[in-house]
Amino acid sequence: MIEKTRWLDLLSHLIVIGGIALVAFPLWLAFVASTHGPGALYRPPVPMWPGDQLLTNYAAVIGEGVARVRSAPVSTMLFNSFVMAMAIAIGKIVISLLSAFAIVYFRFPFRMLCFWTIFITLMLPVEVRILPTYQVAADLNLLNSYTGLVLPIIASATATFLFRQFFLTVPDELTEAARIDGAGPMKFFWDILLPLSKVNIAALFVIMFIYGWNQYLWPLLITTGDSMTTIVMGIKRMVQVPDGQPPWHEVMAVTMLALLPPVVVIVLMQRWFVKGLIETEK
Amino acid sequence: MHKRVTFDHRFLPYLLVLPQMAITLVFFIWPASQALWTSTMREDAFGLRREFVGLENFERLFADPLYLESFTTTLIFSAAVTFSVLFFGLLLAAMADRIIRGITTYRTLLIWPYAVAPVVAGVLWLFMFNPSVGIIAYSLRAFGFDWNHHLNGTHALVLVIVAATWKQVAYAFLFFLAAMQSIPKSLIEAAAIDGAGPWKRFRTIIFPLIAPTSFFLLVVTLVYSFFDTFPIIDAITAGGPARATEILVYKVYRDGFIALDLGSSAAQSVILMAIVIGLTVIQFRYIENQVQYQ
Repeated sequence: MIEKTRWLDLLSHLIVIGGIALVAFPLWLAFVASTHGPGALYRPPVPMWPGDQLLTNYAAVIGEGVARVRSAPVSTMLFNSFVMAMAIAIGKIVISLLSAFAIVYFRFPFRMLCFWTIFITLMLPVEVRILPTYQVAADLNLLNSYTGLVLPIIASATATFLFRQFFLTVPDELTEAARIDGAGPMKFFWDILLPLSKVNIAALFVIMFIYGWNQYLWPLLITTGDSMTTIVMGIKRMVQVPDGQPPWHEVMAVTMLALLPPVVVIVLMQRWFVKGLIETEK
Repeated sequence: MHKRVTFDHRFLPYLLVLPQMAITLVFFIWPASQALWTSTMREDAFGLRREFVGLENFERLFADPLYLESFTTTLIFSAAVTFSVLFFGLLLAAMADRIIRGITTYRTLLIWPYAVAPVVAGVLWLFMFNPSVGIIAYSLRAFGFDWNHHLNGTHALVLVIVAATWKQVAYAFLFFLAAMQSIPKSLIEAAAIDGAGPWKRFRTIIFPLIAPTSFFLLVVTLVYSFFDTFPIIDAITAGGPARATEILVYKVYRDGFIALDLGSSAAQSVILMAIVIGLTVIQFRYIENQVQYQ
């Protein structure tokens, strides 16, 4: 860098590597636990090195679920989580693109009212309106359905703002040119605006997929049957066994399966994720 | 902030905002107003009669030692989580900022917990601190320290703080690092030529320049610790032992869904809403001020 500070550079590396190790330690333990048979985990200390039960454990939970708590097979949960996460991510992106387009590219009565109504949702997380929202979902017959899992969550002020912000930076000349060439608003949206928004869409997709996959409280309230359980909410029931220890080897296999998809998404799409995260929040 | 060139159409714009507005009104605005309305009502135990009681639910809440206790717990919890998240995020970012080779790899290895669901984070830490088999509980016992978060309220609180911090450091780290890397290198070099060492440069140049990011992260992390930590608490302690980790969001859930005390739960929701609104307003005012100076 600027001056030679060999010790300080070494210290920097050491601290960062130490941080990485601290952050990764719980994950390593979970992985190791998921590769051992039940016997190894009932007496401390737990093993620190992988065992030979990896395939057995994962096959068991994916095919049949965790027997001790009579859970649904994890394959069902993974499927539900995947459907929910994809639907939330795509749904949020679609409705936010449309409303941002309307707010930026049209002048119409109640435009600012729409804007502020959307803005207010930022201040109303699920946690503060649990009961009445549940009531609404129950009245609309949405309990125990994919629609009920997804629909109430896909309104997103964050995504709308990001697209609004981005649309405002698109040069007016493009709009003028499109109008002169006789393109209507939807053609302009489809052929010009959408291709320009590709990077923003990718970035938001990463964030919203993770957000959707990790939903906890809402699925917990709205689903009761085993067939609709998502993996993230399913885990909690597995660690709460009435007496004795949970079957840690299986619980940890489920844990690994629950965290792998969003982690893979974030690692593979890191570039868009970082860009998207930093731009949405500002 | 407005476009010069726009389209004219009678119905199209309404059609375009319709899905977003419909969902917002049905699932956000209506329930929130319901909460506001219910917070002024009292229902008898069987849900047969409701009567308007004005602010009585709020008065009862603030006279309730359990609620005040939950408030204190929330403050301790949030302060501890926010402080540790910002501290470790800043430390790691400051160190990573000095590293040139391998920075992308380091970043990848540090940010992944952001993608882990809070409840999964809870389960990971629960496993390590499990009083009978957990590796950390076991090691502590070797030093003569008896760890048991099922019985000891302080232990439980420490555990949820650690799990909540672990999950969020990645986020603070990313923002701090991005802010530091956007500082022009020439500024740092000029200071170095003037004889400022690494620590002095951090204190007098880098730290003041990332102040807006720090403030932003302060608000965001506070919101996180108030609301998004619900699953962590639910998985690790379920508010116990003896309500030692019952933060405000957890109490709303418990009083509403398990104890079915609707009036009180709604009043608590309204107080929480006021807190989020307050924090959001602070955040946006600050961002607006920033923009004006640019």
